[in-house]
Amino acid sequence: MAGDSHATTTGQATDAAQGAAHGATDAAHQAAEGAGMPQLDFSTFPNQIFWLIITILAIYFILTKIALPRIAGVLAERKGTITNDIAAAEELKLKAVEAEKAYEKALAEARSEAQKIAAETRAAIKEQLDLATAKADADISAKSAESAAHIAEIRDSALEAVNAVANDTAAEIVASLGRPVDAGAVAAAVEAQIKGDA
Amino acid sequence: MADEAHGGGGIQIHPMDQFKVEPLFGGDHVGMLTITNVTFWLAMSVLAITVILVVGTRGRAIIPSRAQSIAELAYGFVYKMVEDVAGKDAVGFFPYIMTLFMFIVTANFLGLLPMSFTTTSHIAVTAILAMAVFLTVTFVGFWKNGTKFLGLFWVSSAPLALRPILAIIEVISYFVRPVSHSIRLAGNLMAGHAVIKVFAGFAAVTAIAPFSILAITAIYGLELLVAFIQAYVFTILTCVYLKDALHPSH
Repeated sequence: MAGDSHATTTGQATDAAQGAAHGATDAAHQAAEGAGMPQLDFSTFPNQIFWLIITILAIYFILTKIALPRIAGVLAERKGTITNDIAAAEELKLKAVEAEKAYEKALAEARSEAQKIAAETRAAIKEQLDLATAKADADISAKSAESAAHIAEIRDSALEAVNAVANDTAAEIVASLGRPVDAGAVAAAVEAQIKGDA
Repeated sequence: MADEAHGGGGIQIHPMDQFKVEPLFGGDHVGMLTITNVTFWLAMSVLAITVILVVGTRGRAIIPSRAQSIAELAYGFVYKMVEDVAGKDAVGFFPYIMTLFMFIVTANFLGLLPMSFTTTSHIAVTAILAMAVFLTVTFVGFWKNGTKFLGLFWVSSAPLALRPILAIIEVISYFVRPVSHSIRLAGNLMAGHAVIKVFAGFAAVTAIAPFSILAITAIYGLELLVAFIQAYVFTILTCVYLKDALHPSH
């Protein structure tokens, strides 16, 4: 850029002349615009104010007719949805608590039922067992009575056999001694002897 | 200034040229109905607001899209501001304040596009906005409170002897409100844009160019902040003035 300024030094006179001319017109222009601030150029004010009012009215119209009711609606709807969801969640929570209670109740019922069934079963088994035991006891006592009778019978028959054998033996012994055998006397003697032994 | 610009070789600094109001379709005369760059950029702000608040929310989704989130964020931001600062009975003015905020914020940000025109850097625009707020507030004050609205100027907590003096000060400050309200906005934006242009002019000199571009970047960042903050300040002051009108007691 320094080179540029050197290059322009040759044509400084013409530049200066042009600059002066520009400066003059610019100064005149800027004086009209209020010392170089376009903000203070009052000739543009009606234009700016007119279009500004149109703009503000347009924005106000767009906001009040479309944007703000829509956004307010969306926000209200969201709030409603959130409230509903929270209510639904509470309801579900209550339902869950109820379901838990019902489950626990069912569980307790089932447990008591199971205990009842177990007790009943135990009682039934005990009854059957008692019955069977009684039956077995009766069988056993019948069998032992039968056995005792049988044993007594055997013993009686054995005693008879002993008498018979003793009579026969005594009769034989008497006979072998060469004496007449009196069957009745022998039997009475043997009988007396056995009784005496007994 | 013109002499400097023409005599200074490479450096051509015209920081105020960006604020010139010019007819868009030829001619020199700027009449009231002439389509100018002002008209174009005002229309662009209407378009931008429509895109953000109307097109962005067309889904009306319960779970918002990104564009809808921006619209809802803007809505909630301004609504909460009106409710918190101006009071719950001021929500009737919400559409009006939302209009002001959306216009200023979009105009400020559109003005930061390169080669664009910043409508809110013109005192004519901000003065009309501020005067509208001033007149609304004054009218609402008298309409809602009658002559009790004048109690705004009578500081009942001050000693009796001081009250007339304070009343004069209060009245002056009340009438200065629209001036400060409008010049704050226009001045901030004009200064920022002019400074960017000055640094841009220096960028023509090779030795300073890197520094100049760095400075432009930094000031541009600052101007993004200013664009939002000035819209926020304008809006919150409107809410404060509205609160005074609705509840004038000190």
